[in-house]
Amino acid sequence: MNKKYVIGMICILFFSTPLFLNPYWVDVLNNIGIYAILALSLNFILGDTGLFHMGHAAFFAIGAYTTAILNTFYHIPIILLIPVSGIAAAIFAYIVARPIIHLRGDYLLIVTIGIVEIVRIALINNVFEITGGSNGIFGISRPNLFGLIIRKPIHFFYYIWIFLGISVILFYRLRHSRFGRALNFIKEDEIAAEGTGVNIVRYKLIAFVIGAFWAGMVGNIYASKMTIISPESFTFWESVVYFCIVILGGSGSIIGVIVGSFLLIGLPELFREFAQARLLIFGLAMIIMMIFRPQGIIPPEPRRYNIKSLIED
Amino acid sequence: MEFFFQQLTNGLAIGGIYALVALGYTMVYGVLKLINFAHGDLFTLGAYLGFTLLTTFTFQEKIGPLPTIFIFGIIIMGLVGIAGIVLERVAYRPLRSADRLAAVVSALGASIVISNSIMLIYGARFQVYPHDLLPQITLSIFGMKVPFLRIAILFLSIVLMVILYLFIQKTKIGTAIRATAIDHGAARLMGIDVNKIISIVFFIGPALGGAAGFMVGLYYGELNFMMGWVYGLKAFIAAVIGGIGNIPGAMLGGLLLGVIESLGAAYISTAWKDAIAFFVLIIILIVRPTGILGERVADKI
Repeated sequence: MNKKYVIGMICILFFSTPLFLNPYWVDVLNNIGIYAILALSLNFILGDTGLFHMGHAAFFAIGAYTTAILNTFYHIPIILLIPVSGIAAAIFAYIVARPIIHLRGDYLLIVTIGIVEIVRIALINNVFEITGGSNGIFGISRPNLFGLIIRKPIHFFYYIWIFLGISVILFYRLRHSRFGRALNFIKEDEIAAEGTGVNIVRYKLIAFVIGAFWAGMVGNIYASKMTIISPESFTFWESVVYFCIVILGGSGSIIGVIVGSFLLIGLPELFREFAQARLLIFGLAMIIMMIFRPQGIIPPEPRRYNIKSLIED
Repeated sequence: MEFFFQQLTNGLAIGGIYALVALGYTMVYGVLKLINFAHGDLFTLGAYLGFTLLTTFTFQEKIGPLPTIFIFGIIIMGLVGIAGIVLERVAYRPLRSADRLAAVVSALGASIVISNSIMLIYGARFQVYPHDLLPQITLSIFGMKVPFLRIAILFLSIVLMVILYLFIQKTKIGTAIRATAIDHGAARLMGIDVNKIISIVFFIGPALGGAAGFMVGLYYGELNFMMGWVYGLKAFIAAVIGGIGNIPGAMLGGLLLGVIESLGAAYISTAWKDAIAFFVLIIILIVRPTGILGERVADKI
């Protein structure tokens, strides 16, 4: 029980921090939150299911553009578009993942890189004449939550971090459900899982679609936070960042992924005075961290099962 | 017809470059099962070293441009090869027994380090090779004019590939490399120094990549510290199309990709040029999940 109190205290302390920080640092925390949610949704695919997926920015982009287009053309409120963006990204994920889901490890990795690049190039080329080309789309409205317009960094802080809290609960529950155990089985031994009757193609696809659905909803939050989006925000490098957050933080570990977001997104802010050499330090840190902690900063706890209760059943 | 022929030869020259870079990916993947994401940046390093050599030394007048470029090419291959060995020692060897994805993140970190070091040394703007370097010769093939450089790049890349192929197939070290690629443990039991073989692979691959970088510098004349990403990604696609880990596959994949991309850009759309490679990749992998020449691996139970 003690552990729960400690976590509760940390949460309360954390949620009061924006009251003491200036807007710039609140905005940094907001970015960390957005990356953390994206990394959590990728973690479900990469960490829990073991699919090498390096194209998560594509689903994020689909969500953000769905919101931007429907909001600027048809003036649909942002809040209503949250599930719509998620569904759009999920449908897209299903269509692109269906033919490639049987690919193994590194082959899947390169194809997912291909997907994010094709999406970015399609956005730049102004596909269907609705994406605004390389300039992107501007004039996206702010979320209006029962009359309260979410506009300032501090508003977005609570908006994003509460969404992150919901994500943590959802992915925690999913991981420890029957479905999550099947995914874990696929990750550990695909052939054995198939032999035991787990429909691996179906399970992998569902994992992909859920991850994409969540990334699409984050796209909505991002679009309304920035009010302007362009293809530059959805490059292959973005996907690499999410990928590194998951692996550095601890693949499969929810706390690890959140800590990873703080490190990869927050830490470079502290090194801002180094300006040009900042990325160099960043790259070096990635190598060093992997050498000293190849399993990630906080690897997931091994699953525990109450054997007694299983026997009594 | 003339237009088609120009696009075809251009595609073959670019394809030769992709193939050289792809060989580095495929060899490293063969022995370590690791995607060396820093390989594209070693290619950039080759191009920049060429820039330094060409702008620092001026003995071209004495011995002529072609021998100069040949000597510089050898120097670049040696230097980039050494950089490759250092890269393996620092970033990959400590992670050899770790999870594969940890090595991937380390490779991405190494890529950031190399490209940003190049940026800090040479600056972020474009650098230009001295342009009066090579005489502008055009050869006439079947009555059509083709720049000499284009033919030279294709020829040189094929020569390098043939040398590599013979080295891998006919020499003792080549046999050891093949043995290491199949099974580290068994290779060690046969008396092969696996660490040494991996270092050799990390010399050869980046050396070929560095040579390719120099060729791109000579061909296009413009350098940027991020250029390695595009070429690296395309070459990696070429390696996967051919069947990753398979040396003739990388050569075939590279040439094929170069030609398809060049013809696609000319006849379909220039704006979609960079996406063509990915479409080709996805289509080929849907039809053949392990690439054109890749072996189908049966599931082990």
